[in-house]
Amino acid sequence: MKHTTLNRIGFQFLALLLAFGIASLVLLAVGASPAQIYKDMFGSLGTKGKIADVLVSWAPLLLATAGLLITFAAGLWNIGVEGQITFGAIGTTLVLRLLQNSAMNAGFIIALSIFAGMLAGALWAALAGALKTFGGVNEIFGGLGLNFVATALTIYLVFGPWKRPGTGSMSGTQPFPEQFNLPLFEGLRLSPWALIVAVVGIVFVSFLLQGTYFGLRLKAVGKNFRAAYLLGIPTWQYMMFSFLLCGALSGAAGALQVTAVYHRLIPSISSGYGYLGLMVAMLVNYQAIAAIPVAFFFAALNIGSIQLPIVHKLDSSFSGVLQGLLVLFILLAEGARQRLTPKA
Amino acid sequence: MRTIVTRFAFLALALMLVISACSPAAPAATEPPAVSTAPAEPYVFGLLMVGPYNDHGYSQAHYEAGKYVEEKIGAKMVYIDKVNTADRPGTTPDQLAGDLVAQGAKLVIFSSDDMKDAATAFAKANPNIYVIMGSGDQVWKEAPNYEAIPNLSDIMGRMEYGKMIAGCAAALTTQTGQIGYLGPLINDETRRLAASAYLGAKHCWVAEGKNPADLKFKVTWVGFWFNIPGFTADPTQIVDDFFNSGYDVVMSGIDTTEAMVEAGKFAAEGKTVWAVPYDYEGACEVSPKICLGVPYFNWKPMYLEAITAASQGTFTSSFQWRGPDWSDLNNPDTTSVGFLKGEGLSAENSTKIDAFIADLAGGLNLWTGPIKLQDGSVYLADGVVATDPQVWFLPQLLEGMEGQSAAE
Repeated sequence: MKHTTLNRIGFQFLALLLAFGIASLVLLAVGASPAQIYKDMFGSLGTKGKIADVLVSWAPLLLATAGLLITFAAGLWNIGVEGQITFGAIGTTLVLRLLQNSAMNAGFIIALSIFAGMLAGALWAALAGALKTFGGVNEIFGGLGLNFVATALTIYLVFGPWKRPGTGSMSGTQPFPEQFNLPLFEGLRLSPWALIVAVVGIVFVSFLLQGTYFGLRLKAVGKNFRAAYLLGIPTWQYMMFSFLLCGALSGAAGALQVTAVYHRLIPSISSGYGYLGLMVAMLVNYQAIAAIPVAFFFAALNIGSIQLPIVHKLDSSFSGVLQGLLVLFILLAEGARQRLTPKA
Repeated sequence: MRTIVTRFAFLALALMLVISACSPAAPAATEPPAVSTAPAEPYVFGLLMVGPYNDHGYSQAHYEAGKYVEEKIGAKMVYIDKVNTADRPGTTPDQLAGDLVAQGAKLVIFSSDDMKDAATAFAKANPNIYVIMGSGDQVWKEAPNYEAIPNLSDIMGRMEYGKMIAGCAAALTTQTGQIGYLGPLINDETRRLAASAYLGAKHCWVAEGKNPADLKFKVTWVGFWFNIPGFTADPTQIVDDFFNSGYDVVMSGIDTTEAMVEAGKFAAEGKTVWAVPYDYEGACEVSPKICLGVPYFNWKPMYLEAITAASQGTFTSSFQWRGPDWSDLNNPDTTSVGFLKGEGLSAENSTKIDAFIADLAGGLNLWTGPIKLQDGSVYLADGVVATDPQVWFLPQLLEGMEGQSAAE
């Protein structure tokens, strides 16, 4: 056992070295100093405000990852997660718009709107699930299609029925009055509520996958659909349910984007957290709790990479290069380890 | 459980390794202590641009103004471009402004209308940092959403004049009598600028003895200040549609150069077309031969003034909406908007443009009634001159213009 652990550590260390090594080569190729760049990227995160900004991205990213871990467990590649975040944001915006002039308590309206976002996300996921289960459409293609539809719908709403009075702009709907924003920590852009929702989400998923019979059976469906069916697990119901849960969690991510970050609906409301969440989920496999630091690391790369255009006049998409390389090499290393390590 | 621990441990370890490997390079330890004879630290200001800093359009005009200020007073600019949620997902302009402050900026320019809400929020949250809102109106007492924000100033050039001159050039040049206007998103600013272009076009069209009803002026909106594939309409497609349907002059109202590029292509195929770019002094360079001239923003003097004041501690909140220097439209030190003629403008029309500019300088005001809105209602009765708020907050396009006045 000890030997295996050391072995794994060795391979993962190699993967990290390779990822950072190749990313550094990319930097050298554009004439930048990798050491300086890494220093500026991570060094910029040393303030309270910066850590808070990282957590602002971390919360929705973690929720999307949490949802994806459920569909991963069921053996599904729910690429539609982006659309589920977006549709969740639409649901939240809808409820806020409908109720913002009502006499109800603002806090209650926010809670209701987040719930609506979860419901909307689940609904969008259910569509991908239904396409998969009853239509035989692979969830990758169904999800991708639904992502486009969700974006198109957002653009329609932003330019159409929900436009700012007298304008027509991609910059989004009219911001909601301040009382409909989730309260922030003093002097920061971070809402404690966003953190709470995210942590509850990931703990829930961790418990579901590690500690329940449901999680076990879901993994059985994911590992071997046919065998699970023969063992009497209601397989398609499990798959649908995993879509619904993932959609609800992604919808919560969209709801946070509206209530805690942008305070309005914008066309790119999902901020790519769905695709990023796919990478985090791939890295942590079934280990939901591990998503907490990994998602933090990915969010930190995103926030830190803003230093690249400011300080080095380089494109900030370098963070995406590094994230992609990390996923690639860690998966590769795991594959190599399994091939190269003699079976005990 | 093992995998959790190892994966987490190693990502964390990697992060720590990187940070620890790099942190000893802290410059403070190696730099000599400051001596009294050392030159004063340069004043640092930040600039947020909505598009790329080298867009040959709106953002570049700001960038170059920033460079100008650097040169003039030895200040230092830190900037970040592509500040919009499509290019920088998950960020907000006020967050990015914070990044510029972390780089030492004591004043931050939010240069695009798209950042107005964020500029207000940032200014209020950072009362010790000065904020310039390019094209904004938050601190204008005449504006309906006026707010007193002591550390924020609004700065804008009276581009209405530039657009009138450009519209005149278009009307003098068109052979089909059809002018296309490539609009960005729809708001107060873009409505009044498209309308000003139309007023200039109509004025010069009528001056040629032609019937205003025969002048076709159509506005097609993109949906943002520039093309964002998947989110906006494609400006290239819109320009092509104009040229393919009888419009022979396209005026650009967007931040980027699609109108110029496409006009250049059509001209290379032997079609008789022209374009009028916008925003940036050097925009004609994209396709010089078909360029009638460019109305551009010259942010230099107003930025210099505001940043100098800020660096001396004499900054006061104000709303600035400044016109051209009529004695020299293209004087970088004095004018706030300019018009640079292009090679596509004939010698004869160039003379006429000069005469028109002289008329404007002499007090000709095209924002004088009778002016009707697109829905036919009277906006300015006969002889009534528009007030500044009436121009700034134009609620619709004007009668005679085709195109949406607001999103549908």
